[in-house]
Amino acid sequence: MKIHEYQAKQILARYGVRIPRGEVAYTKEEAREIAHKLGGLVVVKAQIHAGGRGKGGGVKLAKTPDEAEKITGQMLGMNLVTPQTGPEGRKVQKVLIEEGLNIKKELYLGIVIDRQTGMPVFMASASGGMDIEEVAAKNPELILKEFVQPGLGLQPFQARKLAFGLGIAPELINDAAQFMVALYKAFEDTDASLAEINPFLITGDSKVYALDAKMTFDDNALYRHQDLKELRDLNEEDPLEVEASKFGLNYIKLDGSVACMVNGAGLAMATMDIIKLAGGSPANFLDVGGGASAEQVKNAFRILLSDQHVRAVLINIFGGIMRCDIVASGVVEAAKSMGIKVPVVVRLEGTNVEQGQDILRTSGLNFIVADGMKDAAEKVVAAAGAGN
Amino acid sequence: MSVLVDKNTRLIVQGITGREGTFHALQAVKYGTNVVGGVTPGKGGTKHEGMDVFNSVDEARRKTGANASVIFVPPPFAADAIMESADAGIELVVCITEGIPTFDMIRTATFLKGKSTRLIGPNCPGLISPGKCKIGIMPGHIHLEGPVGVVSRSGTLTYEAVGQLTRRQIGQSTCIGIGGDPIIGTNFIDAIRLFNDDAETRAIVMIGEIGGTAEEEAAAYIKKNVKKPVVGFICGQTAPPGRRMGHAGAIVAGGQGTAKEKMAAMEAAGIKVVKSPADIGDAIKSVLR
Repeated sequence: MKIHEYQAKQILARYGVRIPRGEVAYTKEEAREIAHKLGGLVVVKAQIHAGGRGKGGGVKLAKTPDEAEKITGQMLGMNLVTPQTGPEGRKVQKVLIEEGLNIKKELYLGIVIDRQTGMPVFMASASGGMDIEEVAAKNPELILKEFVQPGLGLQPFQARKLAFGLGIAPELINDAAQFMVALYKAFEDTDASLAEINPFLITGDSKVYALDAKMTFDDNALYRHQDLKELRDLNEEDPLEVEASKFGLNYIKLDGSVACMVNGAGLAMATMDIIKLAGGSPANFLDVGGGASAEQVKNAFRILLSDQHVRAVLINIFGGIMRCDIVASGVVEAAKSMGIKVPVVVRLEGTNVEQGQDILRTSGLNFIVADGMKDAAEKVVAAAGAGN
Repeated sequence: MSVLVDKNTRLIVQGITGREGTFHALQAVKYGTNVVGGVTPGKGGTKHEGMDVFNSVDEARRKTGANASVIFVPPPFAADAIMESADAGIELVVCITEGIPTFDMIRTATFLKGKSTRLIGPNCPGLISPGKCKIGIMPGHIHLEGPVGVVSRSGTLTYEAVGQLTRRQIGQSTCIGIGGDPIIGTNFIDAIRLFNDDAETRAIVMIGEIGGTAEEEAAAYIKKNVKKPVVGFICGQTAPPGRRMGHAGAIVAGGQGTAKEKMAAMEAAGIKVVKSPADIGDAIKSVLR
């Protein structure tokens, strides 16, 4: 689960990570008030779940409360397009107003889980403020790494090693190390999967700050963090994906015209791939899970078909525990009750496949029954093309 | 022949009195797996569907001589169940549970270091040596005994590959689902090493997916150590970057973990990589000639 910058900063502040003074504004009047309270130069930062906001005009300086009000007025409601949002952009619904700081040095700090070692890895780089993925690709030697023993946390000596490696002045080493230890503590305590401070700032008056903050949490651990769960912002998610998640369906919207409904994540991805190979383009990823009921098949259908771009549907089920006859009944029931207008190709395999196919054939509905994945993909792509 | 499990496997089921645990324990028995009992803390000493229930893995191991365990315990308690099995000295622990917090698995991985227990999973279908032993949730009837070792991060996509093999009358030595999570016990290299050392396994199917670099590491290992033919497929060729595709581990992050990179690394290692999931069966048929 992703959260906003201001939410990440509030969490980090509780662990003793220093953040700039600031507040969130939902209206331009609030922005003015906050800027007045803060005094002096302020920064107006659009709060959306995507990076690269500066490049899209989502981060601006304001010298006076008047200017803060004006900028906020322009930013709220705008469609912010950044390299990470895609061309459609994201609507800005709130901004963070923060005190302007005197920047001396911009560094980078980040924590992720290293899959190879199965350990959290704390990364630091002197190339702060830049696109760290680019640094990682072109100059990996510029990223310093310390692996963290889970439970023990980042040790002060490891933090000092990173701080010295970044070229931080000796009188600031302990402050920087404390900052890093606190950041790691916040990471493990909240079951985060990513924490990133970019830039990690050193000011003219020799203080360390998290000028920006990004945190992502492990969805599987949210059950033990009720407080974090409440930080979810549904405005940042695709409405169809939100709807699907209510029914325990794993749905991701894509921009093609062939919808697919599959059991199992791997088979669902492979189905998207084979649709593409057959010359079509997948409209979504949808894993109905291992034990989907007729009710779930129905909900899945409804969600798939609310995407206006869908021209045909491919149902690809490899029945293991899930029996093909039960899936087929669910599909027939859903198709009858919803009056589906696009062609539906069904490929069933596995347990009770013959009974399943019989149910489809005798349903009186116009299902296209396929034999094997290749046949299914070719049939559905042809059907989608014919419907154009 | 087969790897990891066969007729000598003595299996206990952790969470045997739960719905999933009961169903799959009975399916395993039906397939011919030697299920010697199960564990549900607090229900020790009772019988469940004719199977003995014990309070702890340690007790179950001492009283039954179990050497393998399969875990059907809900996510919040699954990591604990893995560690309990390892502590009791169970050699093979298969964790089916999906949705275990990553940090629980990080701590579990640390706990397992230096112990002789092999963990398969979590978030996996389990493993099967056709005709001998089935541990997990895969449908037994689609399998056939034979010379192909299958290793995969996916569940149903593995069934798809197995279905293609069986339809061509090509059997499997052992099929191992290593799991779709970012932190797993047994990886591609571990499984491929076992297949490489197994005299009866003549070819290997390796099914990967986007996310992480496990396939690239396996490709390097294969290039250096494996003479048997390997057929590979990577799913998620059309997955958008930055999105988690169902499996917790299936995500292209920071430009890393794309299907393209994995396929290129595997091809460079001499693996016969198929673009289409429908071509796995024919590819194996051609390398077995």
